Amino acid sequence: MSSIETSIDQFKSFFADAKKRSECVRIRGSGSKDFYGVSLEGTIVDTRDFSGITEYEPTELVLTARSGTPLRVIEDTLSENNQMLAFEPPHMGPEATFGGCIASGLSGPRRASQGAVRDFVLGVRLLNADGLDLQFGGKVMKNVAGFDVSRLIAGSFGTLGLILESSIKVLPKPECERTIFFDLDNQTAIKKMNELAGMPIPLSGTCFDGNRLAARLSGSEIAVKAGHQKIGGEASDEKEFWHSIREQSHPFFQSEGCLYRLSVNPTAPETKSTNGLIEWNGSTRWIWNEGSLEEHQEFAGQYGGYATVFRGNQSGKSIHAMSRELQVLQLKIKQAMDPQGVFGRQRLFTEF
Amino acid sequence: MGHIERDLKEYPVASVNKETLVKEFSSFLPTESVKHETEDLTPFECDGLTAYPQIPLIAVLPENEEQVCQVMKVCNQFKVPIVFRGAGTGLSGGAIPYDQGVLLVLTKLKRIVHIDPVGRYAVVQPGVRNAAISEATKKYNLYYAPDPSSQIACSIGGNVAENSGGVHCLKYGLTVNNILSVRFVTIEGDIVEIGSKGLDSPGYDLLALITGSEGLLGVLTEVTVKLLPTPEKAQVIMASFDDVEKAGLAVADIIAAGIIPAGLEMMDKKAIDAVEQFIGAGYPMDAAAMLLCESDGSIEEVNNEIKKTTDVLYKSGATAVTVSTDEAHRLKLWAGRKSAFPAVGRVLPDYFCMDGTIPRKRLPQVLKRIAEMEETFQLQCANVFHAGDGNLHPLIMFDANEGDQLHRAELFGAAILELCVEVGGTITGEHGVGIEKINQMCVQFDNHELQTFLNLKLAFDPDGRLNPGKAIPTLNRCAEFGHMHVHRGEERFPDIPRF
Repeated sequence: MSSIETSIDQFKSFFADAKKRSECVRIRGSGSKDFYGVSLEGTIVDTRDFSGITEYEPTELVLTARSGTPLRVIEDTLSENNQMLAFEPPHMGPEATFGGCIASGLSGPRRASQGAVRDFVLGVRLLNADGLDLQFGGKVMKNVAGFDVSRLIAGSFGTLGLILESSIKVLPKPECERTIFFDLDNQTAIKKMNELAGMPIPLSGTCFDGNRLAARLSGSEIAVKAGHQKIGGEASDEKEFWHSIREQSHPFFQSEGCLYRLSVNPTAPETKSTNGLIEWNGSTRWIWNEGSLEEHQEFAGQYGGYATVFRGNQSGKSIHAMSRELQVLQLKIKQAMDPQGVFGRQRLFTEF
Repeated sequence: MGHIERDLKEYPVASVNKETLVKEFSSFLPTESVKHETEDLTPFECDGLTAYPQIPLIAVLPENEEQVCQVMKVCNQFKVPIVFRGAGTGLSGGAIPYDQGVLLVLTKLKRIVHIDPVGRYAVVQPGVRNAAISEATKKYNLYYAPDPSSQIACSIGGNVAENSGGVHCLKYGLTVNNILSVRFVTIEGDIVEIGSKGLDSPGYDLLALITGSEGLLGVLTEVTVKLLPTPEKAQVIMASFDDVEKAGLAVADIIAAGIIPAGLEMMDKKAIDAVEQFIGAGYPMDAAAMLLCESDGSIEEVNNEIKKTTDVLYKSGATAVTVSTDEAHRLKLWAGRKSAFPAVGRVLPDYFCMDGTIPRKRLPQVLKRIAEMEETFQLQCANVFHAGDGNLHPLIMFDANEGDQLHRAELFGAAILELCVEVGGTITGEHGVGIEKINQMCVQFDNHELQTFLNLKLAFDPDGRLNPGKAIPTLNRCAEFGHMHVHRGEERFPDIPRF
């Protein structure tokens, strides 16, 4: 029996034991996203031995890999073929895994123009609490057979089942990239971001870091050059900027306490907080400490969105506030996928 | 939380008679919005799949969200099955009525509620036509990207229910990638806002689950769609090939060159011939296959990409390459592709349009097998292909009034879908399962996977009253259908007795 089959058998017997004892299982790769959630309950099932790219043909634009595969291995492999994960997943740690990337559903600076993890997931092979090995979606670009369980798994933080494998759409790397900085205050930056996002230019990222607005253009050299001419401003060769936003190594993120993330209408004004960081053409706002989750939710709600505690949540407290009706639907999903509540109890919700 | 394996009811029935329901609905809907006489119901007997007409018990046409909720509440009270319908252009029969149920028609909810040109989104009611969104946002130089071929008629509610695609999917994605939020009405008649005006929302991605759920989970009263800046320029290349396989390889060569075209379509000789006879789009009659490859973006970007793509196409063995000279020429070249279905419909009175997706590299093998099937079933098949994303539309031509042609066409279609699964693809890329491909779901998924779908369905609809008999087959149906799904060497349904 191969080590891969052994791993699957081990996962299965682990789940069976946990069920017998009514215990909770916490699926985990390297733990690079352990900072996120309500609390970390359950015995850890480590996915890192379940590793390897199982299929990758650059001209098909699809890569399939096991959950324990290091994310950097996937990115290196793609890079050798001049391709990339277009959603720029934040690693948040040197050993981040592919499974964690899908399960956390976190995306980087390119998200606003190219889409999130969930937009690129084509299929998942899922091991449920009963030890059943299930395949949803596939390895093709378009697939509407059955409910879209693969996208539902993206961002579920291991609370619906163990991702054994996932297939993901990949894209060619842009030929050329250029970052342009504008010296603006936060309100003007929001206005400018929305303006840029409405222009036919190859925009691939915007970020206001509290001091200045960065805009990135990606594409063919000629398109980037033409785009730059349209928007003006000085080009910079600060290569590390986008990486520092993606990995939260930028000075803004070097703080202690509670980091709130607001997902709102991109035209929403800046919050009371004057020291926020703004991303994704205005639709994502990061704020340290000031205010409470309830206050941030009240503001976000006014602008059609949500506030989340991204880092520094006190264990056991809610990380988001949503309507009762919506919460009921969330619980229904959990019950349909993991009726005995085996996986990741209280990772996303205080109630389940 | 207990764990009980449950199957759907194959044939749910209301707990009251038609007269009572008509009375209930008439208490809050105008008379003309409650249709119950056969002659008033006939226009709703089918959608874009015309082979299986069915009259509903009653059709209701609410005019606003409140009335939709009331309809849902009445149906919940009396356990009435419901089928939802928008413009009725779906090709898989997802909106075909249920004889013992209510047909909830959403065409009267057709208001564009709000356009935010700065925030780049539009809030629209489900009955708004797909093309109407881009028409309304054109003045802001914005548009809604998904463009199913029925876009002048199909409505956005149906697009969400089916997760519709179109010719620009490879670059711009499907409906699921282009909507921000929906107002969703549950089976109990409660409204839930799902998604947000931002780019994400906390918890499970319910928006992804609802998109493409084919009316099995609830109904929508509002959709917020993302708008994109209109590209400055679009230009299309038409390339001819003397061999289908070469055309298929050229597609891979374009991708390998790092180009993601806005649209990348392929047609085989039968499709080209049908189109040329129908509208004369200027397609190459001597070619074995042709590609249409579109670039869009800024003027500089398009000029550059067209040049690059043309070089690739010649290197890949194209016998002729034509680049659209102006907007009229570009639209003419696309008009041929967009009229491929009706053009094929003129060759013989009937056709079935299949919708499998395959890994692109399997195209030559699949086309060869389809050609063999033409011999087996003694029917002709033209192939139209969203080549960029591997979505194949074989058009099986037949005459339903001639002998057993309809039956042979059905068998031919089923064989093609099963072939798509066999080569690692799927039975439906963009048209949905509906009733048309419900049996093939048993081929693509094993009973445990189907049980997961059923559990999700039952979580939203415990009595199986929403769109019964569609999209997700019951386990009993699959047992009776009896195809052997070979799933990693395991036998299908080992626990279900065979009869």
